[in-house]
Amino acid sequence: MRLICPHCGERDRREFTYQGAAEILDRPSREVGNDDWADYLHLRENPAGETKDMWYHDPCGAWIVVHRDTVTHAVHSGELASEVRK
Amino acid sequence: MRYSGFKVFTEGLTGNKGWKPVWRDPKPKSEYDIVLIGGGGHGLSTAYYLAKNHGLTNIAVLEKGYIGGGNVGRNTTIVRANYSLPGNSEFYSHSLKLWENLESELNYNVMHSQRGLINLFHSDGQRDAFARRGNAMINQGDDAILLDREGVRQHLPYLDFDNIRFPVYGGLLHPRGGTARHDAVAWGYARGADKRGVDLIQNCEVTGIDIEGGQVRGVRTSRGVIRAKKVAMVAAGRSGQVAAMAGMRLPIESHILQAFVTEGLKPVIHHVVSFGMGHFYISQSDKGGLVFGGDLDFYSSYAQRGNLPMKEHVMEAAMTLMPMIGKARVLRSWGGIMDMSPDGSPIIDKTHIDGLFVNCGWNYGGFKAVPASGWAYAHLIATGEPHETAKRYRLDRFRTGRGIMDEEGTGSQHNLH
Amino acid sequence: MRIAGKGLIDASKRVSFSFDGRRIEGAEGDTVASALLANDVRLVARSFKYHRPRGVLTAGSEEPNALVTTGSGAGAEPNVRATMVEIHEGLEVKSQNRWPSLGFDVLSVNDLAAPFFGAGFYYKTFMWPGALWEKLYEPLIRRAAGLGALSGKNNADRYERAYAFCDLLVIGAGPAGLMAALTAARAGADVILADEDSRMGGRLLAESEEIDGKQGHVWVAEVLAELSGMENVRLMPRTTVTGAYDQGTYGALERVGLHKAAGGHLPRECFWRIVARRSILAAGALERPIAFPDNDRPGIMNAGAVRAYLNRWGVAAGKRVAVYGNNDGAHKTARDLMAAGVEVVAVIDSRIDASVALDAPVITGGRVIGTKGRLGLEEITVASASGERQIKADCLAMSGGWNPTVHLACHMNGQPVWDEAIQSFTPKPGMIPGMEAAGAANGVFSTAGCLADGARAGEAAAADLGKKAAKTKMPKASDGAYALEPLWVVEGKGRQWLDFQNDVTVKDVRLAAKENYRSVEHMKRYTTQGMAPDQGKNSNVGALAVLADATGRGIPETGTTTYRPPFVPVSIAAMGAGAQGKGFAPQRFTTSHAASVERGAPMIEAGMWYRPSYFARPGESTWRQACDREVTMVREAVGICDVSTLGKIDVQGPDAAAFLDFVYTNTISTLPVGKVRYGLMLREDGHVMDDGTCARFGEGHFVITTTTAAAALVMRHLEFVAQGLRPDLDVQLVSVTEQWAQFGVVGPKSRDLLNDLLDAPISDETLPYMGHQAAQVMGVRGRLFRISFSGEHAYELAVPARYGEALYRVLVARAEMLGGGAYGMEALNVLRIEKGHITHAEIHGRTTAFDIGFDKMISREKDCIGQKMAAREGMVEESREQLVGLKPVGAVKQLTAGAHIFVEDAQAKRENDQGYVTSVCYSPTVQSFLGLGFLKNGRARYGERVRLVDHLRGVEAICEVVNPVFFDPEGGRLRG
Repeated sequence: MRLICPHCGERDRREFTYQGAAEILDRPSREVGNDDWADYLHLRENPAGETKDMWYHDPCGAWIVVHRDTVTHAVHSGELASEVRK
Repeated sequence: MRYSGFKVFTEGLTGNKGWKPVWRDPKPKSEYDIVLIGGGGHGLSTAYYLAKNHGLTNIAVLEKGYIGGGNVGRNTTIVRANYSLPGNSEFYSHSLKLWENLESELNYNVMHSQRGLINLFHSDGQRDAFARRGNAMINQGDDAILLDREGVRQHLPYLDFDNIRFPVYGGLLHPRGGTARHDAVAWGYARGADKRGVDLIQNCEVTGIDIEGGQVRGVRTSRGVIRAKKVAMVAAGRSGQVAAMAGMRLPIESHILQAFVTEGLKPVIHHVVSFGMGHFYISQSDKGGLVFGGDLDFYSSYAQRGNLPMKEHVMEAAMTLMPMIGKARVLRSWGGIMDMSPDGSPIIDKTHIDGLFVNCGWNYGGFKAVPASGWAYAHLIATGEPHETAKRYRLDRFRTGRGIMDEEGTGSQHNLH
Repeated sequence: MRIAGKGLIDASKRVSFSFDGRRIEGAEGDTVASALLANDVRLVARSFKYHRPRGVLTAGSEEPNALVTTGSGAGAEPNVRATMVEIHEGLEVKSQNRWPSLGFDVLSVNDLAAPFFGAGFYYKTFMWPGALWEKLYEPLIRRAAGLGALSGKNNADRYERAYAFCDLLVIGAGPAGLMAALTAARAGADVILADEDSRMGGRLLAESEEIDGKQGHVWVAEVLAELSGMENVRLMPRTTVTGAYDQGTYGALERVGLHKAAGGHLPRECFWRIVARRSILAAGALERPIAFPDNDRPGIMNAGAVRAYLNRWGVAAGKRVAVYGNNDGAHKTARDLMAAGVEVVAVIDSRIDASVALDAPVITGGRVIGTKGRLGLEEITVASASGERQIKADCLAMSGGWNPTVHLACHMNGQPVWDEAIQSFTPKPGMIPGMEAAGAANGVFSTAGCLADGARAGEAAAADLGKKAAKTKMPKASDGAYALEPLWVVEGKGRQWLDFQNDVTVKDVRLAAKENYRSVEHMKRYTTQGMAPDQGKNSNVGALAVLADATGRGIPETGTTTYRPPFVPVSIAAMGAGAQGKGFAPQRFTTSHAASVERGAPMIEAGMWYRPSYFARPGESTWRQACDREVTMVREAVGICDVSTLGKIDVQGPDAAAFLDFVYTNTISTLPVGKVRYGLMLREDGHVMDDGTCARFGEGHFVITTTTAAAALVMRHLEFVAQGLRPDLDVQLVSVTEQWAQFGVVGPKSRDLLNDLLDAPISDETLPYMGHQAAQVMGVRGRLFRISFSGEHAYELAVPARYGEALYRVLVARAEMLGGGAYGMEALNVLRIEKGHITHAEIHGRTTAFDIGFDKMISREKDCIGQKMAAREGMVEESREQLVGLKPVGAVKQLTAGAHIFVEDAQAKRENDQGYVTSVCYSPTVQSFLGLGFLKNGRARYGERVRLVDHLRGVEAICEVVNPVFFDPEGGRLRG
């Protein structure tokens, strides 16, 4: 499997560390109630198909939101998490 | 039809003409008391125990493919009760007891082989953690023996004791641990459930769950609408998609776990060996194939196939631990879809919808859980109350923070197990 | 029998090897199979279940029967295909799965009991009495099963792994593959051409056909000459592409040195990871046997293999050969044999209307309904419209048609499509992104068709890659139609074998269907059809046809089982090359490593690092003696310990303080420059992730430490927070773990020691507890922190890593002069337990700040990672297991980590479990065993007596629950 790092281009999966669905970026504020907070942290769409998830490119230190497919393993794009959040 | 050595003998003499179908192929009825979504190991054992323990037989098991086609037929067949934390301890202990009587229970040889499981450790800290686990096993009434390095050598003389990257300090031996023939477990439960009147309906995909006024009414399927008083989801690997039909999101991410088998070899590995530093575990099947596996590929996937990095990592672990294995050749590799829960422990619970139940989140541990999961889920569905051995497998533990069961200690949030 | 003048190898170059101890003469270029056949050896192996005598069936890697062991001792390779092993002088070959000998095998009695050993019989018996399964039945089955044996000795051979990258990977170097490679390479694409054979050319080496008026192998040689002259082409013979993976990644196994004696400079095999932008599957097709009664005797072979042995190796597989087929291709076998002067006793074509233009006895509409010959074929029985007749034959060449080698195309779960015309499956486009099939693998069976299809695929791939291929001039070749009539099963007396390797018969498949294992997957798993080392390459399509017939369905409707990698079995040593011994994981060494080893310290693994366990001095014979002395030395004088393995992260930027407030539970922004603060990090789930220190170097500059184990994890986590959650903060992070060597200088004489080395002396005023400053050590710029893990007056001195070793040696020498010295991990651990400090034994992932008594460290003034989830009701209940100290007060003075805690008189069972022990030590300072552990509601239970039970080590001890800080709870020693 090969993924896309916006800094480094297409690289082997061995260079990356995975961290699950990009839903994790939508961190609620501390004013949000505990149940909603727990749901944010634990419940997942977990799609069979298109998904966006978090990958850390170990050599360059970039956190990347990768758009890919969980059924075909097609990889469409990679965006810097810091850009996605802006 | 009752199976026995005598029956095999008499059939052999008469040309094997008298064997009967192991299960029927019923057409789905328009209504059942209980519909189980998923004809894998857990669904089939649930159906079996609903019929056997609770006398409920107006039941359909709906399977979108073939019976036993999910993870029950694509795992490394390990059966053990060596958990550390309350909640898991009593559940897997119960499961192992059911395993130990499964052949006679089902009149089907699932080849449960208690050849002993050894978990290796490689530091003083790991030894202490395994000691804690082994003591928990004994406190639960199960068995465990702490082996030192020489003790491991007695059992596993073929490990590299001299040059290995992470030296073997010792191992935790679980003598009652072992393996079973995975397909046979599914088939044995299927046959038993069918015999008791449960309808096993293959090639029947559930496409919707009907809910009215907070109460489940039935399911829509590729073979028509089926009404039901109770609907139980038990579709590991597709838990999220099934739950979505009921408008639910689950604390599950689906991951790929690969497994491997070599060509047939004369007996050489007599135990189940687990090498935590390399996420590697191995046993030898009765046919002679070395059956082994490793860690998740570590990306969410429904592809039931994996990639080279983890394959190679598994082979690397094999080579550092037991370099005598080098000339064995991998014949086949495959992948299963793991329902990964945040804390690595499963869920057997009601949902907020009346009559709708959920059984999911078995992580890597689903195979050995098949008997007890069916037992407990049947109890919950039939009585509305959690079974004694599974009452900690609650869906709300992530909201309350109470009773989180993180055996690995890597965290109770996703992608840490 | 070798035929003079036939074949592409030089029979005069003699090579000898041994088979079961017997010396066999072959020729250079022979495989074990061709050499055995040349010497009229037909019996090569015994089958898996019934131990039936078996001979060579094929001439390729799909061989199901002729599996042998080569080499001996640690070099023994079990289950290798005799058809793939190239002979070399002195090669040792042994048959397998037989006892006492191949000719007389005791377990062949299994065959007599076959009526009782039908499909799945073992699911129906061996159940009573239950205890006998492990003791009797299973060992019997296990001993009888299996094929070859591992030596049991450590691998002593060298294997390699490598990467390669290309524009186009062409898989298979037959007519289609060669044309594809040539076309794309001429267009300028970087091409890798891989073929599993030792010699490229595919079927062109096995047939007697001509291309452009030349013999096929001559044309092959010309193409290869052109390809090998091109810089953009890499030819990889002996390389089997084993798997197709995501984004154009392929696995491939190269037999680098297997064709030579072991011990040379070549590795045995190399496992390749090939990344290709495009690929062409030109892997050809595999011939399928016919399931007629007793079709498994040695001497019964695939017709195409018989041709291959004749045309390539100059070997006639028999002296009296019968040919049996359902297609025109089989006739070529008879034609070639006759041309070579071999007697063809019958050509049996199952088609009534077949026209056979051969000068041999021809039986159209014929069926082989039986065979004879215990250890090799002697006679066949043929039925036709004119009745039954027996024909003496020592070889039967059969052809049930050909199956395109679609396997790789199916590795991503795609289903191939059924092609009525060839009665087999072909790949459909798009099954593997970037892959296209060509030639026989694509269902195109004529030579001319293969050449054209290869050129087409090569052109298309070049175009995809943005290269323009010149118009290819197509070589001329035969374009015979491939006509066949389905022929799956021939009824008659005797078993019709499908899966030769697993001994699966037509009857077994029918029994599975009768018992309602109707799904193809159920049939496969119930009968074990297709699960043997050939993975059903020879038998799956035939078995499917039998199942389809038995269940009244068509073959496409019945479907196939899943094709899984690897295409051919891959040795674990090749795929795990480099990991044996220490190669499994990186080894990290501190700068003091050599100095520690010189002092005799046992070095133990700490994550990827190695750290000294203890430094025994003369007269100290156990680790405990050394450890006790080192602890006392630190408490009374001064000790030196390398702490460089702790993670060190440099945090800089205008928002660095705000960032650290967000990742630590406590407030960091209030920390003055020049000061150090202990910090606790949670995961977002509210459990403790790690702890460490945080030193402020400037308004926007901090250096934080992590535990050794969590260094990489924390770095990744901080980057995640910075980039993913707080990109609004201007902060930069860099790991400086390896840049700084850092040493603990610990004990009451620590300052005396340092003041001898520092350019500017320190005092309590200039460097108070939890202060830090830049320091000049013997002219080297370093950093000095006054922090303590032991509870003593202590410092950590950091210098650039290149000075680490020198500084360590100086520090230890100075310490020794002051009555101290180096101390190791054992003493470090005792010192921290005495002080009640936690490590990952306590913060093991399941504990919260509340559990370790640090909940007040979670500031409510600000948001931080983990704050919300740590506040869930279940995370702060008094009934949770809380960190306590444990001190033995009963007769048993020893404590063990891993023991569980019970109320003093309660039975030791799960229901009564109150907690567990995480760390223990013998404290020479307190003169007692001490323990840290977690106890339900523990902080409210100080003074209570509890019972520790360690069943595994047979230790039970009564303890008093105490505050976990055993030593100097007021901290007076810290402040010196």
